[in-house]
Amino acid sequence: MSTDRAARAARAYSDPYLAGAALGVVLLAAFVWIGRGLGASGAFASTAAGAVAAIAPAQAAASPLFAHYLTAPGPWFEWLSVELLGVMVGAWCSAALAGRVRLTVERATDLTPVSRLALAFGGGVLMAAGAVFARGCTSGQALTGGALLSVGSWLFLGVTFATAFALAPLLRRAWT
Amino acid sequence: MSAPLVAESASLAQTLPAALVIGIAFGFALERAGLGSARKLVGQFYGRDFAVLKVMFSALVVAMLGVFWLGRFGWLDVDALYVPQTFVVPQALGGLMFGAGLVTAGLCPGTACVSAATGRIDGVFVLLGLLGGMVGVGLLLVHFRAFYESTARGAWTLPEWLGLAQGTVVAAVVVLALVAFAVSEWFERRAP
Repeated sequence: MSTDRAARAARAYSDPYLAGAALGVVLLAAFVWIGRGLGASGAFASTAAGAVAAIAPAQAAASPLFAHYLTAPGPWFEWLSVELLGVMVGAWCSAALAGRVRLTVERATDLTPVSRLALAFGGGVLMAAGAVFARGCTSGQALTGGALLSVGSWLFLGVTFATAFALAPLLRRAWT
Repeated sequence: MSAPLVAESASLAQTLPAALVIGIAFGFALERAGLGSARKLVGQFYGRDFAVLKVMFSALVVAMLGVFWLGRFGWLDVDALYVPQTFVVPQALGGLMFGAGLVTAGLCPGTACVSAATGRIDGVFVLLGLLGGMVGVGLLLVHFRAFYESTARGAWTLPEWLGLAQGTVVAAVVVLALVAFAVSEWFERRAP
């Protein structure tokens, strides 16, 4: 009953241009406040570095990815991890205010929940590999680097969206 | 006034409040835009819903213009901003893998956090995949070190590459965004 009521009460999302402009102000505030932009994938890289360093310190130190996060103050004191915790808090607050928090597996009607979760996990693995070689993801490269007119960021942005558009027809069944 | 107010290299203790406040605002804006929903996010790749493009380009243009004008007026030291380094070939390959992962998962690392925080189990599985992938790729990367570090160009910007004034490139990006918005609106009107 309560989920039924929540679903009925859920408000529509904001205008994308307005939400985007607000996001741009947040990004600009980050530049002005601490001289850096937003990010996400780095938090996963530093957490992975910390976990591997705890179990296999030699292998962690040998990795060009992990070694970067093992310098002082260490992988558990990463700015991006704190920022991402904030993202989760902010997202929950926004969704709660609009009646949009709901325990669910979001999927196409033809797709089983197990298939959706497998695709979600596999997509996550692929994005991790991509973010390692790209030195960032949609937040740190495409958005932040894009606003700072970095050549590599625009290259990443273009290749990412072109690839997603090109592969979308193969995954049509998973999304419609 | 001279910004940045705190140096990019400052200790975490000094930048912690900024991390939390900026993170909360970032998450709030993403959720408001509907980008915590995988089905809404991938709608773009099927020509149904271009929210991703509209949100991203609006944000990019606002931040870019803000940096440009604050720098012009001398209120922001643009040279103190951290510009991501360019590695041409690794980043192109990274985009290929990331794009494939994006359309498979339906969420990116940031929006997966939004999805998970708002009760979606698929978002949690994207986060698990990201973490597992980072462990695996991080361990294997030692065998690809030469490629990983190849074609390094440092902090390299479009005005430097194209040999154009910064203002010219900024104006071109604004025009590009407006054209992209117009094309998106046209596609959305045609969608069933």
